[in-house]
Formats: sequence, C-alpha cells, structure tokens
Amino acid sequence: MWNRIYALFVARNLEFIRDRSSLAWSVLLPILIIFVFAYAFTEENPEKFKVGIIAGGTLEGAAAEFENTRFVKFIEFDEVEASLLKVERHQIDLLFDPNTNRYWINQTSPNGYIVERLLIAAYADSGEALLQILVEGDEIRYVDWVIPGVIGMNIMWGALFGIGYVIVRYRKFGVLKRLRATPVTAIEFLTAQILSRLWLLIAVNVVIFVAMDFVVDFRMHGSYLNLFLVFTLGSINLICCGLVVAARVSSEEVANGVLNLFSWPMMFLSGVWFSLEGAHPLMQKFALILPLTHVTQAARQIMIDGDGLPQISDHLLVLGLSSAILLIIGARIFQWE
Amino acid sequence: MSVILQVSSLVKRFGALTAVNDVSFSIRQGSCFGLLGPNGAGKTTTIEMMEGIKTPDSGTILYRGEALGQQFRNEAGIMFQTTALQEFITVREIMVQFSRFYPDTYGIDELAERYALGEFLNQDTRKLSGGQKQRLLLAMALINKPKIMFLDEPTTGLDPQSRRNLWKQVQQVKEEGATILLTTHYMEEAYELCDEIAIMDHGRIIAHDAPDALLAAHFDDVVLQIQAADIPREIGEREFQAIYRNDSAHIVTGDVNETIEHLLRFDIPLDHLRIRARNLEDLFLELTGKELRG
Repeated sequence: MWNRIYALFVARNLEFIRDRSSLAWSVLLPILIIFVFAYAFTEENPEKFKVGIIAGGTLEGAAAEFENTRFVKFIEFDEVEASLLKVERHQIDLLFDPNTNRYWINQTSPNGYIVERLLIAAYADSGEALLQILVEGDEIRYVDWVIPGVIGMNIMWGALFGIGYVIVRYRKFGVLKRLRATPVTAIEFLTAQILSRLWLLIAVNVVIFVAMDFVVDFRMHGSYLNLFLVFTLGSINLICCGLVVAARVSSEEVANGVLNLFSWPMMFLSGVWFSLEGAHPLMQKFALILPLTHVTQAARQIMIDGDGLPQISDHLLVLGLSSAILLIIGARIFQWE
Repeated sequence: MSVILQVSSLVKRFGALTAVNDVSFSIRQGSCFGLLGPNGAGKTTTIEMMEGIKTPDSGTILYRGEALGQQFRNEAGIMFQTTALQEFITVREIMVQFSRFYPDTYGIDELAERYALGEFLNQDTRKLSGGQKQRLLLAMALINKPKIMFLDEPTTGLDPQSRRNLWKQVQQVKEEGATILLTTHYMEEAYELCDEIAIMDHGRIIAHDAPDALLAAHFDDVVLQIQAADIPREIGEREFQAIYRNDSAHIVTGDVNETIEHLLRFDIPLDHLRIRARNLEDLFLELTGKELRG
C-alpha cells in the first residue's frame, strides 16, 4: 500500500515541480500581494477611526452626541479588560465607557489623539467630567496584521485549485481510469494526492514566510511550532475541501465555478484583508463556518498576541473535526470516472 | 484448457439504452479471444466491465472462479483505447511509477529493450509520437507480468508497419502463456491473432466460435472481384447481384465456372478478375449488415 502511495506521491511532485508556470505562480503571487499591501497600507491605515464603546444601555446627552460623529466607526464591547488590548495595539483608536465616563487611549496613536479631541468637544458643554486613562503598546502595522491572512489565503488557493484541478483533469483525460486498472485503491490515490499537495504547500509557504520576514520583518510573538501546526491543519482542511469538490466533477469549467464559489467568500469574509469587528453579526457568524477564518484568526493570535495552544484550541478543534468529516465525504463520493 | 474468465448474463444500461444485453461467454486460459462489432455495439462497455472499470447492472464476471478482486488487479494487464498519461514526467518515470503498483514486475530496462522504448525512455510523455505512445502503453500493460491482458483496439490509428510490429509483440505475449482479450476494427487483425471471436451487435453476441469455424458455418461460396469500370452497374446488379464497394464489384457465387461463363456471355473483361475466399469482413457484413469500420 505505501509503495503505491509513494509512487503516486513522487509522480505528482515531479509534475508540479516541472510545471514551471504553475510553480512560479504559487510562489510569486503571494509575494507580490504582500509587497503591494506592505507599501500601500503601512503608512495609511485603510480603516476609518474606530472607537470602542462599553455596552450599558441607551446613550444620552453628550455620549449620544459623540456617537453621532460622522466618519467614526463605533464598535460595542461588553467589558473593558478584554478590549484594552485593542487600544494597546492601535486596533481601535479609543475605548470609551459612557457608564463611568472613563476613556482609554494609547499616547502613541495619532488617531487616538484626534478621536480624543472629538470626545472632549462633545462633552465640553455638558458639565460632565471625563477621566483619561493612558495605555501603552506598540502599533501593529497593517502588514503585521495582514500577513497571517495572506499566507492562509495562499494556502487556500494552492489547496483548493491545486488538488481540485489536478483530480478533475486526471478524470477528464482518463489518467484516473488508467490508475483504476491497477491495484491502486481510491484511498491510496487520495492519500498520495493529499500528501503531495500538503508538503508542497508547506514547502512553498515556508519559503514565502522566511522571505517575507527578511524583507518586511513582521511581528512574530508566538511559537513557530504552533504556527506550523495551524498552517498544516489549515492546509489539510482546505485540501479536503478541494477533494470534495473534485470527487465527482469531470469538467474543468464546472470545477472552476465551484472552486470559485468556495474561495471568493473566503477571500473577503474570513478577515484576511479587513477586520470583521463591527461587521453585521450574521456575517461574523457566517465567517466562522469558513476554514480560512479559523486559520487566519489562529495564526494572528500566535503571531501578534503570542497565544499558545490553549488559546487557539477552539480553532484547531474546528479545523481538525471538519477535516476528518470532509475527508470521509470526499473518499465516499469519489468516482474514478 | 481451463476457463480463466467467465462472463454470465452481463447487462449494462445507460438510461434508456441497453448497451450490453445478456452477454455470456468464457475465455480459455492461454487463448486469444476477439470481440468484434461495429461502433456502438457494446464492445468497449463489455471489456470495461470485465476489466472492473465499469460496474454491470446485472450478471457476473468470474476470474479463476472468483469475483474480480485484488488477485485480478495484480494479474491483469490493461491497454485502453485511449489513455492520457501524467504530464511533465518521462517514460522511465511513469514505468517506475507503475512498477511500484504491483508485487511482481519486469525490469524497466528489460521492457525498454523488448518494446524498443530506449530511444525515448527519458523523454517527456507529452512528446511521444502515436506509435511510441502505443508501445509505451503496451509495455505499461505488461509491466506486471500479466496472466490476462485486455487490449481495446490497440492498433487503431497506427500505420501498417507499427500495426504489424504490435501484432508480433502480442503474439509473443501469447506464446509466453498470457490470455488475451482483444477488441478490434480490423478483421485481418482478428484473424491473425485470435483463436476465438465473438461478434457483437446492439449489445448482444450474434456469433461466437473459432474464425475458420465461423466462416465454414456461414459460407460455402467464394467472391469474384472485378473492377467496377469493367462491369456496368445495371448488368452487375441485375444479372449477378453484384455489390459495388469503392471501385470493385463483388459477385458471390457457389459455382465459379458457371459465373465466369455467364460473365463472358456479356463480354465482361476478366483481366482484373480476382477470386477470393470469404473472410471475416464478409461474415461481419452478412451478420450485422454494417461495414466494420463504418
């Protein structure tokens, strides 16, 4: 069995490595994207001003006036402690508790300074006193924030299209039919494809990760081993998604359509480019069923917050369980022809 | 000789079409069995069910008395009508890959020498000519020292010389003891290679025996072949029931002397007259009413 898997694994690797154009795209595209985003957005954050508001009933008076300020996005939080980290990291510009009239700002944040002026102006005629509390913390550059998502996104494209297209092409041109006429079983074939795609994805993304770190010097506060685990599990999950799509389809056009149907929502709703905080609750819930959301969030927690396995265990659990389910479905519905 | 493959009451439907309809036959070990039929007769569907590629709707296929299983997969060599190979890998690499699928195989160099693959052994599979690709596919089908081989129209599209070479190679495999199941469009090929043939039409077997036995059972006459230009069509069809094909008129007769005298009475020139025995092509035409390559 392993001899047959190894034979298919080697053949698929040779195909991929010798297909220079697809290899080049797999490496160059994410590097290009990171460069574009690094230089386009490091100086100017594309987000509006963001103010966190601690929930506590309907706002009245000066607080209501402040909340009506145009071009400021107000995001509701339940408690102060959990939200302070966002002020420290410049993810929100100011945190305001209208129940106690306290607010927290990061002195090194230019946006924080402007929003603070707006808050003070709103309360100027109210006679109510505001209490300023300063917090400290480095700004997270957009490039630091976006890199985990971009690597996740690159894994997604490589996994979905890398495995989906190959199997559909094999089926369309009769390669699968020829393999079926040998002692190779469906499980052996699929295992070889998964392993081949997995190690290629890991190898390509390790190169990209190292190269980008060298060029951009992004933030990495957590364990490399944990990050490797997240990206590996994410790769397996997304490969299994590709497997399910490719299990029966024999037309490249149909496969292309279905794979795009999977990938584009993930591109924009998994929080790769922009934070989902403040998005409609339904959209936030929908994002949680997308594997890329879990890959991106877990990788960000490791790289930016330095979180360990206990903090990302929910993401790992979702990715692991759904991978197993997708693999079983893919193997069950797989057809050689 | 014992039976190696037994097919019983095989049925396969595609929607409303019954592609294979209650087909039964058996193949003796060490023989070459030919499955002939016009396009759409159900040959490829039948052979693909026997290969385990398609699942029959009903009926049984037994290899050495058992349902197709791992032993069959290890011992069967299969060459499809058309096969795409993985891209960006060389002939040697694909041979190595396939040799890893089986427990007992020929060496790559041994096969390369036997099927003259040496000249393109390190070439990308995308760059092979038609003849080279057929030789490679045959070598791939033989890599596991098969006990039974399935060849689905193996020489279609090959030039006459490549076709003859492939026949020689198939005969050699047969001499080494392998059983062969062959489908073909070429009657000459079937006659040259097969010990037994079954003719299929509309999903059924309509004749089945050794080629000579089939000819003897169906014909006791010969064919006089005259250039069409030498015998006006109205005379040929009215007086001799001649069949005009391409630039020849074919007259079937059980009494050659009388037919020749009859032709002379109409002053038909006999300079290009050919007399030939009835062949599988004629048998096929008589049984199915169709040209084999039509």
